Amino acid sequence: MTARSDEADRLWAALGDPMRIRLLDLLLERGEATASTLASTLPITRQGVSKHLAILERDGLITSHRTGREVRYAVRAGGLGQARAALAQIAARWDTRLIAIKKMAEQASKSGAPAGTAATEE
Amino acid sequence: MVPDAIEREIVIDAPPSVVWSIVTEGQHLAGWFSDEAEIELRPGGRLALTWRRHGTYEGRVEAVDPPRLFAFRWQTREGEFSDANSTLVAITLEPMDAGTRLRVVESGFATLPWPDDARARYANENANGWLTELEELRNYAAGVATARSGR
Repeated sequence: MTARSDEADRLWAALGDPMRIRLLDLLLERGEATASTLASTLPITRQGVSKHLAILERDGLITSHRTGREVRYAVRAGGLGQARAALAQIAARWDTRLIAIKKMAEQASKSGAPAGTAATEE
Repeated sequence: MVPDAIEREIVIDAPPSVVWSIVTEGQHLAGWFSDEAEIELRPGGRLALTWRRHGTYEGRVEAVDPPRLFAFRWQTREGEFSDANSTLVAITLEPMDAGTRLRVVESGFATLPWPDDARARYANENANGWLTELEELRNYAAGVATARSGR
C-alpha cells in the first residue's frame, strides 16, 4: 500500500496545478499534440507548457514520442493511464471547488456577515 | 469489493456554521460549484446544478446534519438521474481551532457505466481490457483514500 500511496501523492502533486489539468483536458480531447500547438491555445509560453508536460510525463499520465523534429504528447495508452487521468481530473476539480469554498467562507467570516443569511435568500 | 472513492480535504479559517452555509445554500453553490443551483435542503430534496456550457445535472440530497454532514448524489453523465447513474458526494465539517476541516468523499465511480464519449474516444481499447483497468483503478482509488485519511 505504501508504494501506491507514494505514487498517489506524486500523482496529486502532478495534478495540483490548474494549467496541468487544462493540458490533460486538451490532450484527452485531441488525442495528441505538440507543446507548441498546446501553447497556442493557452495563456502561457511554450517553455511553460513543456515544463508542465515534463511533470505529467514523469508521473505517468502522458507519454511522448518524436516524429522528425516534433515531439508529440498523448495521454498514456492503456486504460489505467486514461482512467487514472480521468479520476485525477475529478479529484483536481474538487481541489478547485474546495479552494473556492475556502475563499468564500473566509471572506464571509472576516467581513462579519454570515454567509447565506435568510435575508438574501429568495 | 473495495469501494472506489476520491477523498480531498482542506482547512478553512472560518467556523463550521459559515462553511455550512457556503456548502449547502443554492446562492453559494452557484459560486463554487455550478453557474446556477437549486436545492431543497432536506433528505430526498431535489438538487439541480446548471452549467451554462454543459446544461443541468440533476441530483438528490441524501443527508443533512448541520453543521457536520451534507451528502448528495448527482448524475455524472447524460440520461436521467438515478442511483445507478450517479455518484455520492459526502461533505463533512469538523471544527478545528478557530476554523473548519472540510473533507469531501465522492464515491461510486467503479460502478458507473463509463461515459460513451470516453469509450468512443478510446475505441481501440477492448472492453475486457477496460474492465481490468477499472478493477485496478478501484484499488488505486482506495489506496488514495487510505493515504489521504491516514494523515
